[in-house]
Amino acid sequence: MSISLTDPQAHGGHDAHPSLQHHFDTLEQQKEASTLGMWLFLVTEIMFFGGLFTTYVVYRSKYSTAFVAASHTLDWKLGAFNTAVLILSSLTMALAIWAAQVNRRKQVVAFLIATMILGLTFLGVKAVEYKDKFEHHHVPGASFEWHEGGHAEAAPAQADFAKHVQLFFSLYFIMTGLHAVHMICGIGVLAFLLMPSWKGRYNSAYHNPLECTGLYWHFVDIVWIFLFPLLYLLGAHAK
Amino acid sequence: MNTSTVHPEIPPPADLVDRPNYLNAAYGLKSWLLTRDHKRIGILYMISVTIFFALGSLFALLIRLELLTPEGDLMQPDTYNRVFTMHGVVMVFFFLIPAIPATLGNFLVPLMIGAKDLAFPKLNLASWYVYNLGGIFTLWAIFNGGVDTGWTFYTPFSTNYSNSYVIATALGVFINGFSSIFTGLNFIVTIHRMRAPGMTWFRLPLFIWSHYATSLIIVLGTPVVAITILMVAAERLLHLGIFDPRLGGDPILFQHLFWFYSHPAVYIMILPAMGVISELVAAFSRKRIFGYRFVAFASIAIAVLGFLVWGHHMFVAGQSMYAVTIFSIMSMLVAVPSAVKVFNWTATLYEGSISYETPMLYALGFIGLFTLGGLTGTMIATLGIDVHLHDTYFIVAHFHYIMVGGTIMAYMGGLHYWWPKISGRLYPGFLSRLSALLVFVGFNLTFFPQFILGYLGMPRRYWSYPPEFQVLNVLSTAGASILGVGYILPLFYFAWSLKYGKRAGENPWGAVGLEWDTTSPPPTENFPVIPVVTREPYDYTSEEVHRRTTQEAPVVYQLD
Amino acid sequence: MKQELPLFPEAASHVAPQVDSLFFAWSAISLFFTALIAVLILYFMVRYRRRGVDEVGLPERAPNWLEIGWSIVPLVISLAMFAWGARVFYNIYRSPSNAVEYWAVGKQWMWKFQHPDGHREINTLHVPVGQPIKLNIQSEDVIHSVFIPAFRVKQDAVPGRRTQIFFEATKPGKYHLFCAEYCGGEHSRMIGWVYALEPEQYEAWLAGGPAGKSMVASGAELFQSLACNTCHRPSGNNLAAGVAARAPRLEGLYGSQVRLLDGRTLVADDDYLRESILNPAAKVVAGWQPIMPTYQGQVTEEQLAQLITYVRSLAGPESGSPGNAPADEGR
Repeated sequence: MSISLTDPQAHGGHDAHPSLQHHFDTLEQQKEASTLGMWLFLVTEIMFFGGLFTTYVVYRSKYSTAFVAASHTLDWKLGAFNTAVLILSSLTMALAIWAAQVNRRKQVVAFLIATMILGLTFLGVKAVEYKDKFEHHHVPGASFEWHEGGHAEAAPAQADFAKHVQLFFSLYFIMTGLHAVHMICGIGVLAFLLMPSWKGRYNSAYHNPLECTGLYWHFVDIVWIFLFPLLYLLGAHAK
Repeated sequence: MNTSTVHPEIPPPADLVDRPNYLNAAYGLKSWLLTRDHKRIGILYMISVTIFFALGSLFALLIRLELLTPEGDLMQPDTYNRVFTMHGVVMVFFFLIPAIPATLGNFLVPLMIGAKDLAFPKLNLASWYVYNLGGIFTLWAIFNGGVDTGWTFYTPFSTNYSNSYVIATALGVFINGFSSIFTGLNFIVTIHRMRAPGMTWFRLPLFIWSHYATSLIIVLGTPVVAITILMVAAERLLHLGIFDPRLGGDPILFQHLFWFYSHPAVYIMILPAMGVISELVAAFSRKRIFGYRFVAFASIAIAVLGFLVWGHHMFVAGQSMYAVTIFSIMSMLVAVPSAVKVFNWTATLYEGSISYETPMLYALGFIGLFTLGGLTGTMIATLGIDVHLHDTYFIVAHFHYIMVGGTIMAYMGGLHYWWPKISGRLYPGFLSRLSALLVFVGFNLTFFPQFILGYLGMPRRYWSYPPEFQVLNVLSTAGASILGVGYILPLFYFAWSLKYGKRAGENPWGAVGLEWDTTSPPPTENFPVIPVVTREPYDYTSEEVHRRTTQEAPVVYQLD
Repeated sequence: MKQELPLFPEAASHVAPQVDSLFFAWSAISLFFTALIAVLILYFMVRYRRRGVDEVGLPERAPNWLEIGWSIVPLVISLAMFAWGARVFYNIYRSPSNAVEYWAVGKQWMWKFQHPDGHREINTLHVPVGQPIKLNIQSEDVIHSVFIPAFRVKQDAVPGRRTQIFFEATKPGKYHLFCAEYCGGEHSRMIGWVYALEPEQYEAWLAGGPAGKSMVASGAELFQSLACNTCHRPSGNNLAAGVAARAPRLEGLYGSQVRLLDGRTLVADDDYLRESILNPAAKVVAGWQPIMPTYQGQVTEEQLAQLITYVRSLAGPESGSPGNAPADEGR
């Protein structure tokens, strides 16, 4: 293949956008590359959670009674509240991006903060739920106890049933715990975006970091939307 | 020492020494450890993977020494179990998976597509640091006594019975997985978005197609083994019971999750190697690869089909008849694109203009050994045979034919081919050809007897064995020592070449490709001007070759 | 000191020759194609070696028929070999109806075998030639694998499951037995011997050694000592005296249809029996309360096997009894 040499293109120079990285030719190319990169990262996250979901589905079908009994001890109202909180936070995240698109600097910051607050609310509710699990001895491990009907005063159930219930809780903690870790990272990234947002870095010409963060945030939300029915609503119709 | 055969008329340009390139752009440790230049990162990786390769080879040497005699007399069985485990963990995760993509791939992908760097240079540097962080966990485990679960970490042995540093090693592998994911992600975005003007998909070198396919596998498969290994670590730490039958868990579930990644992983190891071979065969036949589009699509086909065959590692584990049947059929299917590549490479030689430089010797060795290794793969994908051969030395021989006779030969060939571009130096021709020959002979002597041992019934991971297997084991160990010499020699002459090797011109091989249209070594920004591509890949004509090999520097150099 | 150099294992079972023919066919195909590629490469290397410094090759377009052709040919060959291999596989795993059952339990790091008549062996297994044998395999701890190279059979022993292999020895002799799934420390010493004996010699061997209790007899003892009989009363007991039975009777259970509390019906097979002992709450029979305690952790794999064999041996109820009807019919 032969090459013909063109004049050095006016990459950058001094009137390039300050956010343009030196190895990209145009802001458009940089934006497309970042967005594609974030989508690919989300694909890896789908596969990552996918392993857990597969494990859950296998044991759910194998030990359906035990899993239903365990699921009944989760407070679905708190779970539903958390679901609403996250969906709302995705809205505020999208609004933050909109605010950048219409050059409303302060609103960008406001919506980012709102998203963070909603995220922290979610984590707060989860902390309450985890504490409840500790108190009921539903945390897998040496102190795990399971009683018939899930109440402490009832008779201890058969050993094997209790083991399968413990399996549910192991998966519950790993899945929601991993999700919570992702939420914390997301909140961290949002915090990181606050200062540049305040300085007006994100506007109609350039707001790709917000969009990519938004993609991540929506993904974490979607994972929860799958977790909620799988963990909290097992056999709910039969309750 | 002789220097390799290059075009007799190339004079190294007089001022070559003073020209700015990526190596002399900045000096000092900080300029290397904080670099964003994909070429420097490729070299950093080269150093890291070489260190781990040496460690893995040391373990291999210990294995072969122990197996010289039927009784276990060199070390305790427990030690031997750790040695073969660490050999596997180090070689698979810290050498074979990153070697070609993270060294040659990092260096060449932007050059070959006419870009200034990868899409995410900082992510690239981060991936090297993450690799080393994973390495530190694993090394810590090794120096404290190692792991004895086998690199496959089967449960419930790894979760409940092993008395070794499973968690530390598992974490090391987990972290290392992210290094791999970052590289794959970077390649995909770069290849999609940063090609030079005129570089359409079907003008891409096959090296790029291979790395693209590899990156698809990395991105889809690695996260699954990551979560699986995290669950093993959690179970071991907290006694959760996910894979423990006494607590309701299923050990076979672990196997499914593990092999769902680890089978595609072997395609992560071989696809980049195949990409290298395509480049070598084209360059040293001075001819376009026969059936370019078929070879390109074959890479994608291997990546896709590779995800559908994992159960062939579990034919005797207790799967249903339906499952084993499907996996066996799919395994036959995945062999076809590889066969297509072998035929196309061979056909490229027809009516070519072939020279016997060291890289070509490695490439031709690859084709032969990969063919045999791949065919033995279809043998063991055959249900009736695998019952007998599973977990025997036949399997060991099969995968070493592919990984060592395949991947490592391609890595060596690639290093020898692009060394002048990377370092700006030429290496001795006679010594390098001798090393290639030693590697080929040593390799076959090491691993061919293992096919026989396998059919005889010698199981894998055995520290002691029945005495009638000794002669074949001794042959194997003898071969390993020859192989070792073949690998050590290049360390010496490559190092020698850095100071004393003849300086390379832009294109010592007369090859066609964007990486050859810039200086050796290239400048930091790769091309002083962005190339515009108008011709097909591997477009060899005599005029082109003459122009490339005699001209000092067709690139007009602009100093800032 | 004579060094042995065996290059091929003995073929001592019914399926061994089938596996070997398959292997030879595949080896021939592999060597053929490898040689073909090698010869072509060597020929081209010489014939088309570079003769001028600037010489280049002569590119041609790859004709579609060639590309498709050399995709289809390997595909057809490999699918044909798949089909052949699948047939051999089914032969290995298909149990003839007259197969005699043996039991194998693997644990770190030894094999325990039990003959149908109760003979026990450790790390050795004596079998008669010409008798189809079904070997039930269990593990007490981690994954092991029973591997008899001369018979060309192998099957993993997975804890929590029961697996099986079948073989019929065709040649008397002494053959290696290996553990073929890495299981920790002494994996390479979890080995032994399989002795295939002519039927008369096998009988003699059986008669010579101490006859252990048969599986059925051991199972019957366990049934008593574990108090199974306090709920699962054998036929003809106590119903007439007005004492309500607490559990279904087990006579004739094996192989019969069972209706469960949740409406499902299934056939009572080995897996059902095993699960009912270890996890009785999983499948409760219709008309009964879920009061059976679990025996998980109280019985070893061996004892489980003995109990299952015992229950299997229980013949159907005498005429007149309604079988497994619950005591309080009037509900």
